[in-house]
Amino acid sequence: MGNSPSLFWSTLRRDLILAFRHKGDMINPLVFFLIAISMIPLGIGAETALLMRIAPGIIWVMALLATLLSLDNLFRSDFDDGSLEQLLIAPYPLFFSVLAKVLVHWLATGLPLTLLAPLLGVMLSLPANAFVALCCSLLIGTAAMSLIGAVGAALTVGLRKGGLLISLIVMPLYVPILIFGANGVQAAAVGQDYTMQLAVLGAGLALALVLAPLAAAGALRVSVNG
Amino acid sequence: MWNIILSQLSALVELRDFACERDERILFSSLNAIFYAGQVVQILGANGSGKTTLLRVLAGVSPDYQGEILWQGQALATCAWEYTNASLYLGHLPGIKKSLTPLENLRWYAAIQGGVGDEVLLQALAEVKLAGYEDTLCYQLSAGQLRRVALARLVFSTAKLWILDEPFTALDKAGAMLLEARLAGHAAAGGLVLVTSHQDINVPDLLQLNLQDFALAHAKLHTAGYQETSAHG
Repeated sequence: MGNSPSLFWSTLRRDLILAFRHKGDMINPLVFFLIAISMIPLGIGAETALLMRIAPGIIWVMALLATLLSLDNLFRSDFDDGSLEQLLIAPYPLFFSVLAKVLVHWLATGLPLTLLAPLLGVMLSLPANAFVALCCSLLIGTAAMSLIGAVGAALTVGLRKGGLLISLIVMPLYVPILIFGANGVQAAAVGQDYTMQLAVLGAGLALALVLAPLAAAGALRVSVNG
Repeated sequence: MWNIILSQLSALVELRDFACERDERILFSSLNAIFYAGQVVQILGANGSGKTTLLRVLAGVSPDYQGEILWQGQALATCAWEYTNASLYLGHLPGIKKSLTPLENLRWYAAIQGGVGDEVLLQALAEVKLAGYEDTLCYQLSAGQLRRVALARLVFSTAKLWILDEPFTALDKAGAMLLEARLAGHAAAGGLVLVTSHQDINVPDLLQLNLQDFALAHAKLHTAGYQETSAHG
């Protein structure tokens, strides 16, 4: 059928509308990100040298946790109202439908997190030469995290309380992203080259882009059936 | 002779030695049935007898079955693409997003089918008596109206095979009559409707398939519980 591209765009458009109608779901991770990071200087004291050293790690860990917080909703409402079933049996590769949903998830969480990060960098007195690295690494890293997270969300969508399980499934896969992401910003902060870290993140994103929707599609079939 | 050829041409779905189980309990087995174009078949059975399971398998949601499904005489594995293109499934859950308007909901389904414009969707909504609600969020609609939004898909559907699981739920009398007329119309146009419902369906030449005839305890007593009666002749 010639309808292949249209369901991708249609799902994208529908989910974007849904994301904007459920602003609370979209803002929750951002507020968490903002609050958690603003608490850090209050807790450990506003000592610039110390904050400067821990800023990349803190921002990255919080971005990771904020992403994790938002994953549970990725397929949940579709599962609850029956449109997930309809997506599965549509004469259209599930790979692309999943990709559309993940893209919306990233646009609604990963991208705003990335845009908010420089502001928090200022708050944690991150050195000026690390901001580009921070944004680039988060841009790539959050996209990879959305993709990998989709697999966890798809596996647990059939369970009543999947929240904790998602973290357990997804966390080990997030570790390399966290290490290379935070390390890249750290390197930039002390004036070193961070191309290698970005390249590894990019490779991770490419790998996740090809494999994660496949795995999520398979997991969705199992979840809906169970 | 002609009869046989005709019926082979229009045999849409055939189940051979078909069995389903759920949680290691066999729901029904040795189910042999042929469904022809032009039929409305009501699947009967007590709660838990496997009606929904059967429909989910036929819709392609669940792959857990034994036996064979044939679509227009071909094994399902060889024509899965044609089959999904030619079938429409409406499950227990209406598949309607409550934060979208009826029109936005239908647009998504129209994209699955391809090539359906907004004017067709508006007309479909008018036909299920939801004219004037196209821009209301589905949150504000009643359960029966939500069901009508889902049923509006039937109006613009080009699918030959309709698999409807309890479509009469929450519908008022007028809505039920509207749906019955639509089912009869689909059958008359050469489609096939497989429907579950606990209420009587008022459709000419309605066929009934009782799954309890194929429950394990009775499986050996009934060799052919489904009496083949072609409605198109």
